[in-house]
Amino acid sequence: MPEVNIPAVIQNIPLQSYLILSTLLFVIGIIGVLTRRNAIIIFMSIELMLNAANLLLIAFSSYRSDPSAQVFVFFIMAVAAAEVAVGLAIIVMIYRNTRNTDIGFLNKLKW
Amino acid sequence: MSASLLILIPLLPLAGFLINGIGFPNIPKGAVGIIGTLAVVASFALSVMTFNAFVTSGSQPFIVPLFDWITVGDLNIPFSFQVDQLSLLMLMIITGVGSLIHIYSIGYMHHDSGFGKFFAYLNLFLFFMLLLVLGSNYVIMFIGWEGVGLCSYLLIGFWNKNTSYNNAARKAFIMNRVGDLGFLLGIFTIIATFGSVEYSEVFSKAAAGFQVGDPVIITITLFLFVGAMGKSAQIPLYTWLPDAMAGPTPVSALIHAATMVTAGIYMVIRSNVLYSLAPSTLEIVGIIGGATALFAASIGLLQNDIKKVLAYSTVSQLGYMFMALGVMAYSASMFHVITHAFFKALLFLGAGSVIHAMSDEQDIRSMGGLRKKLPVTFITFFFGTWAISGIPPLAGFFSKDEILAHVFEHNKILWVIGVLGSIMTSFYMFRLLFLTFFGTFRGTHEQEHHLHESPASMTIPLIILAILSALGGFIGVPEALHGSHQLAQFMSPLYDLAKTANPAAFEHTSLSHSEEYMLMAISVAAALISAIAAYVMYVQKGAVPAPDSEEKSGLQRVVYNKYYVDELYDAVFVKPIKTLSNILYSFGEITIDLIIEAFTGLVNLIAKLLRKTQTGSTGEYVFAMVIGIVLILFWKLLL
Repeated sequence: MPEVNIPAVIQNIPLQSYLILSTLLFVIGIIGVLTRRNAIIIFMSIELMLNAANLLLIAFSSYRSDPSAQVFVFFIMAVAAAEVAVGLAIIVMIYRNTRNTDIGFLNKLKW
Repeated sequence: MSASLLILIPLLPLAGFLINGIGFPNIPKGAVGIIGTLAVVASFALSVMTFNAFVTSGSQPFIVPLFDWITVGDLNIPFSFQVDQLSLLMLMIITGVGSLIHIYSIGYMHHDSGFGKFFAYLNLFLFFMLLLVLGSNYVIMFIGWEGVGLCSYLLIGFWNKNTSYNNAARKAFIMNRVGDLGFLLGIFTIIATFGSVEYSEVFSKAAAGFQVGDPVIITITLFLFVGAMGKSAQIPLYTWLPDAMAGPTPVSALIHAATMVTAGIYMVIRSNVLYSLAPSTLEIVGIIGGATALFAASIGLLQNDIKKVLAYSTVSQLGYMFMALGVMAYSASMFHVITHAFFKALLFLGAGSVIHAMSDEQDIRSMGGLRKKLPVTFITFFFGTWAISGIPPLAGFFSKDEILAHVFEHNKILWVIGVLGSIMTSFYMFRLLFLTFFGTFRGTHEQEHHLHESPASMTIPLIILAILSALGGFIGVPEALHGSHQLAQFMSPLYDLAKTANPAAFEHTSLSHSEEYMLMAISVAAALISAIAAYVMYVQKGAVPAPDSEEKSGLQRVVYNKYYVDELYDAVFVKPIKTLSNILYSFGEITIDLIIEAFTGLVNLIAKLLRKTQTGSTGEYVFAMVIGIVLILFWKLLL
């Protein structure tokens, strides 16, 4: 293991806390996705899950002084932004046509 | 004689086939006839050149290798041609008679919409026939053998909008397959025994290493003879030939009288070494030949279709040829092949000319008195009848008499059968002649008005063939008549190996000249008497065969209906096989369908179940996805 140089601020909080926090965030996200019916809130929950993953990546990156995970985080943010742009556009179009964003109502995803 | 010119002999008809076949129906009729005929005439010219070169260079047989063809293990089958006395004689017949029939067809088929197709098939037939006689081994012979069978099938069913013609074509094809099975088995046995199919190798090995009557040789010769029975229409495989008359008349003349049906004779003469070593096979060949000669002739007595009479006559004459083979009179058999090619082609073409004039009427009961309207056809047909009846000095007399003389030497009973057949031949041929050309016209008024002599393209071949029928016999004048029998002398080198293999069979047991004169006198008298009988019956008394509606007496009915052989075959072979195939068909239908339907049912069922999960609701999809992820994680991380 290479020499680890962890900033003091970060050292104040143990890695377990980051793990627990991101797990909590992720589970909240999952529950949001599974239980809510409004498409926009589902979207927000997905963002929450993404951020939980990002937090975990950053935490490990810092503790191990390995920057490559931080690069991943940038990628995830960029892709998430693009995804949100497309997804929101779709939701807006659906709303304009049906005046509704309830996923219980949007059951046309059949083959 | 260079090899390249020899190769051209079969290739020219092939080229004619390709041009006319691919160009059909875009090539104008005039050009089709010229291309098709020129191809054959050119190969006739080349054959004559080859023949002359062969004779001037001292009659030495030679083999022209073309390319290595099949090499498997120790077996090597080259693609090569063999030029010797036998193949040259066959070449001359095929291309010579073939040329005349092509010229005739230009006139005869002129109004047919399938003119180009017809010439293409005829040329293809000649290609295969030439391959059959030129090949230097049994496998090439077999290619030609099958090829001519195919062309025969195509041409019998030439007018393929008529179902009964198609049935006739199928019958010919299937009956020939039965014979071909025998031929194939023969070839396989030859390969197993000699390790080669090259004539030269097989024959020298057979002559050197096998005793007379060796069971292997007998097996081989019997198998080969089954093939010959199919192709040359012998009992019991003869019923296809009369039906083959459904094809256009020039086809009957070329394929079903002059060339293809003699392929069986050619094959036996070619294999004379093997046959000379198998006396018991020869017995069978002779008996079947004699039986066929008599049987077919008796059917010919009561037929009323002009072409059917000639067809049964062909079967009967082929029987004579096999009878000659059976007593090892190979040259006599070949002699009859040659003269028969002339006069039977002539008779068929003459019949074609009559049919042409009668607007496609073939029933001799509706003809009569045609000799004034069709003088050329009448005279040439008369020569043909004269020749086939065996009345001197026309061709048929010499060849048939030679056969009968040889048969007499070996087997008196067979000779009696031969003479009986000869009496019948003479009777039914003169009956045909008298009913067609003498008396008064019995057809409709319209037909009478339409009667006309055929165009020159048809009459010229008739005249040439009539001359050949008249003079063809002089190539084989026997010693007894102060001739030298050039044909037998020419062909004698063919039997050198057979003579060393079985010298006893070739011992000179020649008849004395007085005996020969007596035999000739008997057969000529018999032929003349039955010709006179026919004259009395059909010209003096003016008898006309009764229409079909009239009841016939017992024996007459049986003969008229060809001894019910067709019906017998139908009951014994065709119907059971049809029933069996129907059963198998329905069995296949039921079982196979059940299996297939079980599978489709299963797939349908699964699909129905799976379709229920496709609700289209986003929430459920997401839930399924999460469950899936959890399961994968659970499995990967914890198990």
